[in-house]
Amino acid sequence: MSSVSQTFMKLFRGSSGPDSVPAQSPQKLTRRSSGLGELSRTWESSENLCILDLGSTSPTNIRHFTGRGHRIYSEDLLTASTDPELATKDEQGAAILDSRKFLADNLVYPAAHFDAILCWNLPDYLDESLVKPVVGRLWSVLKPGGMLLAFFHTRDAGPDSPCHRFHIVGADTLEMQKIELRRDARRSSNSSAASDGFQLQRVFNNRHIENLFRDFASIKFFLARDNVREVLVVR
Amino acid sequence: MSTTASGLAQIGKSVVIKGELSGSEDLYVDGQVDGSIALKGHSLTVGPNGQVKGSVDSKAVVVQGKLDGNIQASDRVDLRKSATVTGDIAAQRISIEEGAYLKGKVDIQRTDAK
Repeated sequence: MSSVSQTFMKLFRGSSGPDSVPAQSPQKLTRRSSGLGELSRTWESSENLCILDLGSTSPTNIRHFTGRGHRIYSEDLLTASTDPELATKDEQGAAILDSRKFLADNLVYPAAHFDAILCWNLPDYLDESLVKPVVGRLWSVLKPGGMLLAFFHTRDAGPDSPCHRFHIVGADTLEMQKIELRRDARRSSNSSAASDGFQLQRVFNNRHIENLFRDFASIKFFLARDNVREVLVVR
Repeated sequence: MSTTASGLAQIGKSVVIKGELSGSEDLYVDGQVDGSIALKGHSLTVGPNGQVKGSVDSKAVVVQGKLDGNIQASDRVDLRKSATVTGDIAAQRISIEEGAYLKGKVDIQRTDAK
């Protein structure tokens, strides 16, 4: 009986809010993703795609794609951005991260290499000095017609919104897990990520997002109920 | 380098080897190896203290420590939760524990692709 009522409540809540019942462990939540649902049609109907996952290493995602015969590249850019050697200062003396060094060490792929990029919530948590250079690099490594999925918090999310990693558990279903930094995360002790996770750096509005992806051919927004705006862009 | 009763060759955690390693027996590395490792038909285990900088070519690879280099395994690759791997992985099967870190490509090579 309880499962029937849970199913009914799921239908009632609609397709994009997080379920209040944790899946498997208290730290994991499941949510529907319209953007993922649209993107997954690509990898369900094609073979031997090249996919880049920019979130924390996810065995679930690797299994999801390799099981379908696709090649998956995993690169945890948020953790990479904690390298203390990236710290530098701009012309005004303000502390920034060295985007040239960052891009020399990360996202080093041939042009037009990927069919799809899973950006997840990276732009919301990445240091300001890296966001535009990284999106520029993502444009260049994505094939023309290739798609990129990104999530952005809305203003209502609040500055303490936890940074999640995302595991694909269905065609349009994600499992979210709060990120805890690995023991060997390299950020210096005075950084915002020093304690036990990454902090929301900013909240993009629609115009900011459109500007961020202005070099892309098209952009599609999906507004979810959990204060997250999903964005699917096509190069 | 020592060999256990089970025939497993071991590189202890205080050992540093610079150069190519090849062999025809299973190998356990808990020290540091700067160079490629080739163990055709046999398995390599990088222990929790192990650090390998170089490509690896063997039947099976288990990583608990750090490996910077590409992995080519004719059978399987197993990344344990403490593993940190920077490099591409090509294998017939791969298992990755929650918590493992991977920067690189995963390419599953099917046995029927002959």
